[in-house]
Formats: sequence, C-alpha cells, structure tokens
Amino acid sequence: MDYTLKELMVVAAAREICDGEVVFVGMRLPLLGFAVAKELHAPRAVGIFENGVIRDWPALAPIFTMSDPPNVSRSLSCCGLVDVMSLLQSGRVDLGFIGGAEIDRFGNLNTHWVEENGRRVRLPGSGGAADIAGLAGRCIIIMNHERRRFPPKVRFITSPGYGEGRGWREGKHLKGGGPRRVITSLGIFSFDSESREMILSSFHPGVSIEQIQRETGWRLKVAAEVSETRSPLAEELAAVRKYDPKGVWTNN
Amino acid sequence: MSKICTLREAISSIEDGAAVAMGCGLESLIPFAAGYEIIRRKKRGLTLVAPISDIQFDQLIGAGSARKIVAAWVGNVAAGLGHNFRRAMEEGIPRPLEVEEHSNFTIALGLKAAGMGLPYLPTRTALGSDFSEAPHFRAITCPFTGERLLAVRAVAPDVAILHVQRADSEGNAHLWGNLGVVREAAYAAKRVILTCEEVVDHEVILSDPNRTLIPGFLVSHVVDAPFGSHPSPTQGYARRDDDFYFDYHRQSRSLEGFQEWLQKWVFGAGDHEGYLDLLGKERREKLKPGRELCSPAVNFSV
Repeated sequence: MDYTLKELMVVAAAREICDGEVVFVGMRLPLLGFAVAKELHAPRAVGIFENGVIRDWPALAPIFTMSDPPNVSRSLSCCGLVDVMSLLQSGRVDLGFIGGAEIDRFGNLNTHWVEENGRRVRLPGSGGAADIAGLAGRCIIIMNHERRRFPPKVRFITSPGYGEGRGWREGKHLKGGGPRRVITSLGIFSFDSESREMILSSFHPGVSIEQIQRETGWRLKVAAEVSETRSPLAEELAAVRKYDPKGVWTNN
Repeated sequence: MSKICTLREAISSIEDGAAVAMGCGLESLIPFAAGYEIIRRKKRGLTLVAPISDIQFDQLIGAGSARKIVAAWVGNVAAGLGHNFRRAMEEGIPRPLEVEEHSNFTIALGLKAAGMGLPYLPTRTALGSDFSEAPHFRAITCPFTGERLLAVRAVAPDVAILHVQRADSEGNAHLWGNLGVVREAAYAAKRVILTCEEVVDHEVILSDPNRTLIPGFLVSHVVDAPFGSHPSPTQGYARRDDDFYFDYHRQSRSLEGFQEWLQKWVFGAGDHEGYLDLLGKERREKLKPGRELCSPAVNFSV
C-alpha cells in the first residue's frame, strides 16, 4: 500500500462531505477530510468551528487547535460559540464529525469515564460533541477500532447515537438525524434503517471481517453487499499530503 | 477613572470561594498569567467556569485552588487527558473536586441566561445525554408549541477574568478573532478583570465601537500584561506555544513532576515579568506573528 491507514480514514471522511454543505468540522482527521473535500469535490462546502470561526477554505498552515491564529486569520467570519451553536440548533448544519473513547452498537459515544483494570478513569467530558450528536443533520463518527472501545453498551452516554435503537431519538425529542457512518481504523459502518444498529459496510484493505469481529464487543452485523473500502485515489492522497505534508496527523 | 493596576492587586481582589470564569475564548485568549497569580496568591475553594480552558483548569486543580468545576471539557487539547483533573477526580488529590457537567452549548446558554438577567434558557441540545439528568438541567414543555425542551440553569460567576488585545484605562475593551463565550461571561459575571496586550487611548476605542465587546463599566481592574495569554494564542500578538503544552503534559503525569513544574514556572518565576524572563527573549520572538495582515480602517464618517 502506498498510503497510511490514517490517510485512508481521512479520504473516507472527505467522501462524506457533499458540495455546498455546512460542516461542523472538528480537529485532526476530520479537519483534513474537510480540506480534501474542498480541494476535490466540495469546493462550496463551509466549515464551522465551535469556537466561533466560520471558514470557506481550510488553513494551509498546520494547527493543533481550532483557535490557532492560522485558523482565525482569513476566515469568513469570527463570531461566538452561541452563534455557531444556534446555527446547529436551528437546523442549518448538514454534517458534523465527532469521536469518543467508547462507542456501542447503536452509535452512542462516551467521553466521560471508562474503567481500566477495575479502576475508574476520568476522561475530559463532552466539549461540543453532545451538541453536534444531538443537533447536526447527520454525524460521522471516527474511532480507533479496539475491543475495549467497542462495548455492547457504553457506560455513560455523552453524545447520543440511536440510544437503545429504533424510536429512541424521537422519544428524546432530538432534532438532529443521528450517526450516519462510523469510520474506524478497520472498516466503515452504516446504521440499519429499521433497528438502528451498526452494520459493517466495508473492511479496509488487508483487514478481515473476522478481525473486525474480534475487535468488536457484540455480534457483528454485516451488510449483504459488504466490500473492501475503496482505496484513496492519487488526487485524494495528493490533497491529504498538501495539508499534512509532514504526516503529523496521518503517519501510522 | 483609571482602573489600571498590577496583576497582584487585581487577583488579590478575588475572595476565596469565588466563582471565576476564565478561559472563555476556548483555546485562545486564556488568561494564563492571571491563573498563575491565583496560584501564587494561594486562593482556595474557587469554582472555575468555562467551556474548555485547555490546561488552565488542570493547573489550578493541581495547585489546590479549585473546589468545583463548571465546564464541558477538562484536559489538554493537543495532548489528551488532564493529569491533575484525573488525580482529583479519581483519588481526591490534592483535594476532592465537584464537577457541574455541561456541553459547550449548555454552559454558553447558562452564562447567556445570567447575562440576560434570566434564571434559565431553553434548548434542544443535550436531550438524551446522561449528564443532562443533573440538577442544573430540567426537562420543560414549551408553553406555545408543547415541545419538549431542556432548561439550563443560569451560570453567574462572581468574576470573569478575560484576556483581550487592547483596552483603555477604564476597561473598555477591543477584542477580535474567535470569541468563544467571552461576551457571555463578561455580561454574566458580577464584574470583570481584564488583562491586555496593550493599554490604548480612549480615542482608539471610540474609533471602532463595533469592536468594543466589553464596555468599561463592567470592568473592575485593568492589567497591562503583554503575552498574558501564553502559552495560548492572542490573535495579532502571540502564536500558540505548542511545545509548552506537550512539556506540561509530560511533566504533570506524576504529582512530583507537576510540583516541579509549578515550582519553576509559577512560584520560581515570582511574577509575570519573571515568567517572561524565564521563557527567554528568543522563545518570545519566535511566538510573535510573522507577516502582518491588517484590515483597512472601518469608515464611521458622519
């Protein structure tokens, strides 16, 4: 393979963005995904950051946080958190990217606390993830695929997916559409339109379905038309490397 | 009346047990110099309020200044978990910590409610999140549409400490870049302490009133503190010092390592000037912005 796993994940994230969409971006891989989409198939997409920055083009200089000066300079608009969250709440954001320490089979995310060797480990909390999970038109979740991160039921719901399955979000009066895709380090999942359970739709090159099952804490549902994840095209890789020339985010 | 004073005087005005909003710009404009002075003045029992204050809350928790956190996220944005936050939550070291859990949107709404003089604001966010079952949230029904909403209790800090690009001696402040919840915090708090990159003439403030996001009558103290947001960035004045965050993450992994860090950068430095000396001229020069990017003046002709 002439690309890294992270590059594959960035490209998969980019392919989720349609032209003209308003995207709650986030950092690291989704930020690169937004850059790749803008360069190739979604030049009119707009990126929103929860600190209040709205951009029509990603910053070329490398950044560690969304408030780093290169992400602020030459942005379309600098406003406040209430402003951009209002856009989210009023249904003007098509797509948001989120992640977490744990995800379960209904796409619920936990970033509050986990247990390691019987000991409680405190994690940072929601940030804006719960807001994006509840209110964005659809969510794309990016995860490292390890068994400990994929329990059948998360210990704490920070950012709601489909809760306990069909009808749960409606019962909670959540306005956003919920998770559409989970891009992991092993494959890509969709959600069953009836049961709302996660379904494996593709496995990354060199990864077997058995391997994905081993790293998943429940009995995996596999789509009938499951296939290998499409490898990145040359132009997609070139775009990733333009924005991450040193591989800070995409080296394995 | 001039409100200009030293950092020590401004921070000494904060009482033990106060609720203090700081780090309201999210990852930029964090008033680190003021946070270090809170630690030097040995303030105790504080409630710290902000959505995400990068490592500032972790430092104050580790130093034993905080009793309670009202926040959406506590950690180290570029490096990961906050080691002092973990020690306090998991082992009560250096003291037990209470957390009022929020999302970024709910804490912003809590501050907004207080700033509007309201007891709460309704929202559609956080429905279905486990933290929304806490007592500072309440499920309500809209009196007009019958929809189910979440009420967020007002968050009213005793004081907001805000770092800004420039202010006049009365505390009328210009700031720009991403605003996070800076305005909401300034309006919600009983008073504001400003640290600023530059103290400017009143005329500069009057030249661009749309940029005056904090009117001086909300402000009690103004501190001239260039580089006062270091290691966080201040647009137009200082870049982010990424290495400082990674070094902090490594050193604060153990309690002893954090104590050494504190001894060097906070107590050893003595004050903000000492801290800047410790950073050194070379490092400070590297953090200054490169190419100048200024907008044309705004026309306020009559």
